[in-house]
Amino acid sequence: MYGWLWRHLPGPWPVRLVETLALVVGVVALLFYVVFPAADPHLPFNDVTVNTPTTISPAPTTGPTTATSPAPATSAAP
Amino acid sequence: MSDPPVEAPDDDLIPYASGDVAPRRHRRGSRVLDVIALVLRTTGELAMTLGVVILLFVVYELYFTGIATQRAQHHLEQQFAQDIRAHRPPVSAPGSPVPELGSGIAVMYAPRLGSSWKFVVVEGTGTDQLAKGPGHWDYPPDLARALGLVGPTAPPSAQKPLPDGSVPSAYPGDVGNFVVSGHRTTHSHPFYDADKFQPGDAIVVETTTTWYVYKVTGQQSVLPSDVAVTYPVPDQPGAVPTQKLITLTTCNPRYSASHRLVISGVLAYQQPLSAGNPAALTTGEA
Repeated sequence: MYGWLWRHLPGPWPVRLVETLALVVGVVALLFYVVFPAADPHLPFNDVTVNTPTTISPAPTTGPTTATSPAPATSAAP
Repeated sequence: MSDPPVEAPDDDLIPYASGDVAPRRHRRGSRVLDVIALVLRTTGELAMTLGVVILLFVVYELYFTGIATQRAQHHLEQQFAQDIRAHRPPVSAPGSPVPELGSGIAVMYAPRLGSSWKFVVVEGTGTDQLAKGPGHWDYPPDLARALGLVGPTAPPSAQKPLPDGSVPSAYPGDVGNFVVSGHRTTHSHPFYDADKFQPGDAIVVETTTTWYVYKVTGQQSVLPSDVAVTYPVPDQPGAVPTQKLITLTTCNPRYSASHRLVISGVLAYQQPLSAGNPAALTTGEA
């Protein structure tokens, strides 16, 4: 693949080197400005809210509590 | 008298000597081998390329996304300073228009996370808003209805619904739960160190008129589905709130989405901007 590309770039080798660098820069720019931003929202570690389900049950169960309850006046269910 | 045939070149032993362009040594099936070699080589090159792309993606997520967030924060800070100079009432003031998604609603300081830790909180927690900074959480329409935050029975503390039917959680200083979500590891990772919060720590929130100093009461790790921590009265759907709470949510552990880290706090005191910086900004304690 890269050998084929190198053979098909025009010019002597210093010119090919510059052309290759230009191609690399172009591809990286495409990745950073188009491809990666499009993939970003689908990453799980970017989920920061607690609204995974859109419906709630009347008496939701809380997850594992490791510290104090959120509100001093209330206590977590378990 | 015949010369011995010692001078005759042996094609088998000196294959390149005859001046042919290409030696014809290939046996049958060599074309197949060529194709296999080509496929293997190309597969290897593609695999290495994919590896480089994935590494670049890591660089993008961890560093590059922060550049855009910093730029957005800089712009939001300038806008917020302008709002203060223009004496614009805070978004929760009666008669204030519903804030646009992505607009700055308050500035948050958390001395525990560093003396320079400062983020403008934006309205909304969609992808676009969270890319700008920590986002103020709105109850989705279904949840808002289930919690009784819309309609004639809504408690006075309930916020006005947004155009899409979602209802904002409490704004800074309001009765109810001021819920802010932020990134843990990407987009300038505002809540990277959120697990370091200790009970008694101050979370200081500045609106265009007032300083609000919240006191951290605890932290917990919950499942991503545990929306109950955001309720006006956490874990009690439909209960009418009387306290002024703050809740920060982010993903937990870092680089994972298996849980959510939840920081809870309650309003300790407030003072007008004209009274100067609250002591909690420097002491870090509410």
